[in-house]
Amino acid sequence: MADRLTIPKTYKLAIGGKFPRSESGRTYEVATPKGAFLANASLASRKDARDAVVAARAAVGGWAGATAYNRGQVLYRIAEVLEGRHAQFVDEIRASEGVSAAQAAAQVDAAIDLWVWYAGWTDKFTQVAGSGNPVAGPYFNLSVPEPTGVVAIVAPQEAKGASLLGLVATVAPALVAGNAVVVIADQAHPLSAISLAEVLATSDVPGGVVNVLTGSPAEIAPWLASHADVNALDLAGAGAGEWVDLEIAAADTLKRVLSPEPGVPARSLQRILAFTETKTVWHTKSLI
Amino acid sequence: MSFLEYAPAPESRAIVALRPSYGLFIDGQWVDGHGEAFSTISPASEEKLAEIATADEHDVDLAVAAARRAYDRTWSRMSGADRGKYLFRIARLVQERARELAVAESLDNGKPIKESRDVDVPLVAAWFFYYAGWADKLDYAGLGANPRALGVAAQIIPWNFPLMMLAWKIAPALAAGNTVVLKPAETTPLTALLFAEIVQQAELPPGVVNIVTGAGPTGQALVRHPGVDKVAFTGSTAVGREIAKTVAGTHKKVTLELGGKAANIVFDDAPIDQAVEGIVNGIFFNQGHVCCAGSRLLVQENVHEEVVERLKQRMATLRLGDPLDKNTDIGAINSREQLDRIRALSDIGEQEGAERWSAPCEIPENGFWFAPTIFDNVSTSSTIAREEIFGPVLSVLTFRTPAEAITKANNTPYGLSAGIWSDKGSKILAVADKLRAGVVWANTFNRFDPASPFGGYKESGYGREGGRHGLAAYLKGESGAGATALVPAERSASQKRRRAGGAV
Amino acid sequence: MTMQQMLPQAERAVKVLGGDLTERSLRLHLEGLSGVDAVGLEARAASLGTRSIKTTSKAWALDKIIELTDLTTLEGADTPGKVRSLVAKGLTPDPSDPSTPKVAAVCVYGDMVPAAVAALGAAHGDPDDGLVSVAAVATAFPSGRASLPVKLADTRDAVANGADEIDMVIDRGAFLAGRYGTVFEQIVAVKEACRRDDGTFASLKVILETGELNTYDNVRRASWLAILAGGDFIKTSTGKVAPAATLPVTLLMLEVVRDWHRLTGERVGVKPAGGIRTSKDAIKYLVTVAETAGEQWLQPHLFRFGASSLLNDVLLQRQKITTGHYSGPDYVTVD
Repeated sequence: MADRLTIPKTYKLAIGGKFPRSESGRTYEVATPKGAFLANASLASRKDARDAVVAARAAVGGWAGATAYNRGQVLYRIAEVLEGRHAQFVDEIRASEGVSAAQAAAQVDAAIDLWVWYAGWTDKFTQVAGSGNPVAGPYFNLSVPEPTGVVAIVAPQEAKGASLLGLVATVAPALVAGNAVVVIADQAHPLSAISLAEVLATSDVPGGVVNVLTGSPAEIAPWLASHADVNALDLAGAGAGEWVDLEIAAADTLKRVLSPEPGVPARSLQRILAFTETKTVWHTKSLI
Repeated sequence: MSFLEYAPAPESRAIVALRPSYGLFIDGQWVDGHGEAFSTISPASEEKLAEIATADEHDVDLAVAAARRAYDRTWSRMSGADRGKYLFRIARLVQERARELAVAESLDNGKPIKESRDVDVPLVAAWFFYYAGWADKLDYAGLGANPRALGVAAQIIPWNFPLMMLAWKIAPALAAGNTVVLKPAETTPLTALLFAEIVQQAELPPGVVNIVTGAGPTGQALVRHPGVDKVAFTGSTAVGREIAKTVAGTHKKVTLELGGKAANIVFDDAPIDQAVEGIVNGIFFNQGHVCCAGSRLLVQENVHEEVVERLKQRMATLRLGDPLDKNTDIGAINSREQLDRIRALSDIGEQEGAERWSAPCEIPENGFWFAPTIFDNVSTSSTIAREEIFGPVLSVLTFRTPAEAITKANNTPYGLSAGIWSDKGSKILAVADKLRAGVVWANTFNRFDPASPFGGYKESGYGREGGRHGLAAYLKGESGAGATALVPAERSASQKRRRAGGAV
Repeated sequence: MTMQQMLPQAERAVKVLGGDLTERSLRLHLEGLSGVDAVGLEARAASLGTRSIKTTSKAWALDKIIELTDLTTLEGADTPGKVRSLVAKGLTPDPSDPSTPKVAAVCVYGDMVPAAVAALGAAHGDPDDGLVSVAAVATAFPSGRASLPVKLADTRDAVANGADEIDMVIDRGAFLAGRYGTVFEQIVAVKEACRRDDGTFASLKVILETGELNTYDNVRRASWLAILAGGDFIKTSTGKVAPAATLPVTLLMLEVVRDWHRLTGERVGVKPAGGIRTSKDAIKYLVTVAETAGEQWLQPHLFRFGASSLLNDVLLQRQKITTGHYSGPDYVTVD
C-alpha cells in the first residue's frame, strides 16, 4: 500500500486578518538545515510593509479600546488554541530547525507558557505602573500608562532553537497594553510565524492587530524604521545587520526604540511598559 | 391585555442537576458530615432543594488538616505559573457552566436570574481570570521580591452573593499560594457545592480547596482552629466583632468585610434620570441584600420633591416575582428570619414618623417577599437611618450644602461605600476626598470589578478584596510582614522578629 | 440673531418660558436642563434590552410593530412604480396571512406624495382608524442645507400634494453653532406651512439628526427645543447618517416627552428611524416606550418606527409563530 500523498501548505503573509501573497509576487526558498526544500515563503516587499502598517493603524483603535479584561481573554484564548495545535508547531520546528522532537516540544511549551504570562498582565500592569500622585494642591492627579500605537518588530533571527519562542517573546508584550504589531519573522525559519498568524486569526484577535511579514529584515526594516506612522520599534533581532542606521532612521520621527539583544529577550514587565506612554491627568477639587 | 404585564419568560431549571443530598468536600472527595444535616430551600417557593451536611468540630479538623497537607506537600511547592493554570481552568469551567450556576444561584438565593446571569456569574469568572494572572507575578504585589503565602485560609462567606463571595475569597488565596477551607452560608450552600464539582473537573490537587457546610458552630470551629493562618470573613458586623475577638492574640491574619449604611448623595446638578436609576440600583439591586447598598438617600433639599416623585414613578415599573422569570427585577428575600427583620425595622420606621411608600407589587402566596419601599422625611436620628436593614428599604434624608452632605454621610459607625451624583467633576472629586468610605461611586453604583479594591472603613471592616491590594492580603513579605497584618497582642518566641510596616 | 431678538410666539414656548421669548431666554432654558450621564443612560437602555418578550407578548408586539411602522422609501431613484409597490406592501404586508395588520403610514419624498395617495385609494386615512397615512419628508431633507423660503416651499408642496404628515429636518449647523433661535423659528415657520386652507394642520415630525448632534446633552436640548416650537413628534434621524436611531438616544427622547407630559399634560410623539432592522431590536424599543413614557404611547399618533427592511423580519417572525418552523426570504415579498 503506497504512502498517502500529502498536501503541502502554502505560506503567505498575514496582513489585516487576511493571508495575501507579497504584492511583489516574490518568494524565497525555506530549507531544512540539511538543505532540503521545505516551502516557498512570501518575500515581503516595502509595499507589503506599508500595507501592514495601514492595517495595524486601522486595528489599533479597537484593540486599545477593548477592556483590559477582554484583551486578557483574547490573549489567553490564543494560548488555548496554540495548545491544541501543539503537534503542528512541533512538526514545523523540527523540520525547519532540525532539532529533536523533545527540543521542539520544549520550545512550544515555553512559547505557550510565555504567552500565558503576558496574557495575565493586561489588567494588572496599570496597577503596578500607574499611580495616584499626591500633588501639593487641590487637584486629583492620576498617572496611567496607555498603548503607544503601532509597534514594528524585528523578531530574533536564527536564535538557536527559538524561531517560535523569539517571535512570542517580542510580539506578546507589545500586545498587552493594546498596541498593534507589524513583525518581521525569522528569515530562515518563518513557518511558525505564519502558523502563529493562523492561530491569531482563529482566536478572536481583530484583523490587523498582528501582521506578519516573512522575508529579509535587511530589506524591510529600514522602511518600518523610517515610517512616520509607526510609533515604536523593537530591534530585538536586528543585531546582525545595520541596526544603528535603523535607530538613526527612527530618530527622525522620535520613535521609541528597543535596541537589539542576543538570543530570546527575557520576559519582563519593562518590555510591556516600553510600548506605553504615561498620561497624567489633573482635575480640580472643590466643595464650593 | 397590558403589554407591560409581559408573558411569563421562565429560565428552565432543567439545566441544573441537583443531587438530593450533598456531603462535605474535603481533600478532593465527598465525605459525610457528622453534625446534624439540614435542608436548603428555595425562598421563592419554600420548596426543599437538597439536604446539606453539617461539619462538626472533627470534620472541620479533617478539612484543615487536608488543607495543611496540600499546602505543605503540593501547593507551596508548585510554581506560580502552574497555580495560575489551575485558576485559568477554573475560570473557563465557570464560563462553560455559567447558565447552570446562575440558575442554581437564583433557586437557592432567591435573586432574579437576570442578576445571577448578568452580574454574579460573569464576575465569578472574571475574578478567577484576574487572579490567575497574578499567581506568577507575586513579586509585583507590593511586598517586595519573593513574598510568601500565609498558609491555610479559613473563609466564611454570606448568603447574599454566594458564588461571587466564594470567588472573591478563593481566587486571590490560591493565586497567592494558600490553600483554603471555605464555609458557605447555611441558606445558600448549593453553588459552593457545584463549585466543588468544578474543582474536580479542573483536576485541582486534593485538599487545595475544601468546602465545609454548616451553620454558626461550624464557622466558629473553623475560625478557632489553631491550624489556620488566615481568616477571611464577609458578613454582619456583629459576627465580625466576634471573629476579631476570637483571633486576638493569635498569629492569624484576618480580613473582615462587614455591614454598611451607605449614603447615596444626589446633588441638585445631578444628571437626574441617571441619578434616579442609580438610587434604584443602589438599594433594590439584589433585593437590597448588599453590604454596600445605597440605603440612605441624601438628596439636596432644593430637588428633594422632584427626585422622590421621579423615584416613585420609576419604582412603579419594578417587577417582583419568580426569580427564574427573566423579567423579574425583584426576587425573594433570602429567609424568613431576614424577612422578619426587614418588617420589624420598617415598622419602627413608620412608628418614628417617616412617610412610608411601597411599589405596587403583587406578592406571591408562598415564599418570602417584600415590596420595594421608601421612607421619606427620615432624620439622622431615626433608627432606619442608623441600622442596616439589609432589604429593599430606602431611607430618604435631605441636606443643604456639600459640607452638610459629607457630615451626614460620614455620621455613622459604618464606612463601606458611598455614591455621589453631580455633573460637576471638581465637586465629585472633593466630596469623594472627604467621604470616609472604602468605595466611592460617582454617577454610578454597585459596580464591581476584580481589578478594583473593595472594602470598608470603620465598622464596615478592614482589608480589601480585588486588585493588587486583595492579593497582598494573602501574602507576607520575606521579612514576615503582611500588608494588612494585625499586630498581635502577644507574640510567641518564634514570632519575635522585626516586622516592617506591619500595623494596619 | 442677537440675544435680545424676539422669537415667534409659539404657544407652548410662551406657556413655559413666558411672553418675552427671546434667543436668550430660550438659551437659558435649554442650558438649564439636567445633564445626561451617557454611561448611565446606555446602561439603562441595555437593561431594558434584556427584557424577555415571549409567547403572547411577542405575538402582540410583532403586530404592534407593523401597526406603528412608517414604511419608507427615500431614494433618488424612486419612481411612481416603486411607490405603488411600497404602498401595496404596506397595505398587504403578507399575502399568505390576511391577519397581518397594515402599516401606519408610508413615508416618501414630497414629489412622490401624489403617487402614494393614488395608490392608497380608499385605504388612505388616519392610522388610528386602521387606515394608512402619507408622510412626506421636507425642508431639503436630509441635509436641511437650503434657504428658509426653499424649505418652506418644499413643505407647502408636500402638504398641497396631500401629505398627512411632514417629517422636517432641523438646521444642525445652526444648532451646533449655538443659534437656537434660528432653529426654533424655522420649526415654527414649517409648522405654519403645514396649515391647510381648511385650517387643519399636517402633523409635524421634527428630525433632530441625533448622529450629527453627537452628545446626549445636545439631543436633550434639541428635543425640548422642537417641542417648544410646536412639533407633534420628535424624530431621531433621517436614516442617511450613521449612527441613526439607537436605543439610548430613543430612551432619552422618551424621557423628554414623559417630562413634557408631566409638566403640561400634553403628549408628544417619538419616532426612531434608521438602523432598526430586526424584530428583536424593535421589541426592545416597544419595551423602552412602555417602561419610560408609558403604554399609552404605543399608538400610531404617539410612536412610529421609520423603517423599511424591518417589516420583512417581523413577517418572518410572525410566520414562525404561525407555522412553528423558521421561515426564509422566499416567503416574504420585496417591495
